[in-house]
Amino acid sequence: MLEPFEFGFMQRAMIAATLVGGVTAAVGVFVILRRLAYIGHGLAHSIFGGAVVSFTIGFNFFLGASLWGAFSVFLINQAARRRQIGGDAAIGIITTAAFAIGIAVISRARSFTRDFEAALFGEILGITNQDLYVTTGMIVLIALVLFVLWKPLVFITFDHDVATSYGISVRWVESIFSLALAATVVAALQVLGVTLIAAALVIPPVVARMLTDSFPRLFLLAVVIGAVTGFLGVYVSWFVDVSSGATVVLVQAAVFALTLAWGLIESRRDFSATQRAERLAGLERSLND
Amino acid sequence: MATLGVEELVSLEGVALGYEGVVALRDVDVKIAPGELIGIVGPSGCGKTTLLRSLLGEPELYAGTARVADNTRVGYVPQVETVDWNFPITVEQVAMLGSWRTRRWLPWTSGAERSRARVVLRLLGIADLADRPIRALSGGEQQRTFLARALVRSPDLLLLDEPTSGVDIKTRHEILHQLATLNTAGVTVVLTTHDLNGVASHLPRLIALGEQTVLADGPPSEVLQPDILERAYGQPMLVVRRGHETYVLPVPEEAPGAHPDAEHDHDDDEDHDHAELSVVDAPQVGADHA
Repeated sequence: MLEPFEFGFMQRAMIAATLVGGVTAAVGVFVILRRLAYIGHGLAHSIFGGAVVSFTIGFNFFLGASLWGAFSVFLINQAARRRQIGGDAAIGIITTAAFAIGIAVISRARSFTRDFEAALFGEILGITNQDLYVTTGMIVLIALVLFVLWKPLVFITFDHDVATSYGISVRWVESIFSLALAATVVAALQVLGVTLIAAALVIPPVVARMLTDSFPRLFLLAVVIGAVTGFLGVYVSWFVDVSSGATVVLVQAAVFALTLAWGLIESRRDFSATQRAERLAGLERSLND
Repeated sequence: MATLGVEELVSLEGVALGYEGVVALRDVDVKIAPGELIGIVGPSGCGKTTLLRSLLGEPELYAGTARVADNTRVGYVPQVETVDWNFPITVEQVAMLGSWRTRRWLPWTSGAERSRARVVLRLLGIADLADRPIRALSGGEQQRTFLARALVRSPDLLLLDEPTSGVDIKTRHEILHQLATLNTAGVTVVLTTHDLNGVASHLPRLIALGEQTVLADGPPSEVLQPDILERAYGQPMLVVRRGHETYVLPVPEEAPGAHPDAEHDHDDDEDHDHAELSVVDAPQVGADHA
């Protein structure tokens, strides 16, 4: 049972997955409540383009991918403000175009190296100490942004149209949050890969949403679910010999399925209890008559 | 450059407003003094919300000048239809959003903020709902919850978008009573409403919108006139007055004897000496009218 803890690469992988699981869930809470799940998926693809370009020109991977992500978010925000385009279409166009640039660069270089594969599918077991420090630094920065912008972010997420009238600079807050989202995707890239990041952004908050009606509780629950499933995913992957990123997402999906099933059973039980109470009340009435 | 008079809280002069280059309202001249209670009326899409939000400085200003007195605290209550009622938030948490500027860089709320929210919830009669999720509220409770968020910041100017839509008569009466109480306490209240009979006719001042501009501005007796209402709604309207009560009814397409321009004065009130009675069957309004 303790075998995975004996290896340095597994220790680093479990720490990274726990941190990334927690932070993607934290940012994901705001993403799902604003019904922007699509942006996580799109941004991951867009940032892949940035990662490829950075690698090809020999630029720092984290910095290059982050700048590419930030630029994509800026373009999405600008395009989405035009009524004829709208948010969904803006995300679809810009992130796919950014992804296509990455593909074009790969095809031009005529080589598909291991680094590109790692960005696409994640390579958590290859995380070095330096990667872990950078990832941790980014996560601390993202957590700080959420901490400081908590109140305006909650307001905007709940009641976007009215926030300005309460003195909130919506554009400013949204721009900073978008950058935090881009940084989250970059931080998660090596752990989960482009193809799986969207699930980690969405599943823990959705599970938490199914369990509570209080926003602060939902947030804490989502972070805990994200962190625990991140850790469990890597831990379990050691024994089942399956890709760690995929195992993390599969563990999250299993938690989602269990929560959904439990909710269905509970609502059916509530319905039966109500029916029984109504039947008893009817019987009592007829006896009294 | 327009300047605000000593007694003015808001001044719109020759204003043209809209969104994304499309003008929604033009030639708007409105002045609001502190302590007024005003209703904005007009058909759907006439620009009621745009005019209301112009007091927040939100729509784009294409012409004229719009001024709100310095240091005016504004509380805004949106249409409940625009709110995501499945959002995981409780009544007290919504109320406390109104005071987000207090300790704005910290995610948690202070004891003073909670106390302030509780006082406002108690004032509005919903203190016992503080921990209830908003999706479990009735229409009246929803309105009060958002009114609480606006009141938590002690506004000088309270703006409400359709505060009585989707509520029953009793709740409507209670909401209007609460707004009147706030107004008596010195809060300037501006609201939009579709309800000409249950709400607008009871307000001291109305602004009627139509044809992309202000058609009339004044007390209900001046604004609720058949010709103004027909211009606003594009349909003949019948106005019936009983003492201080005013009722507006759309003239049915084939109402026998109904005259589109008729204003039916339905009592002996000498103030309404301009009545032209050409309605054969007077509408039965009120139980004591039969």
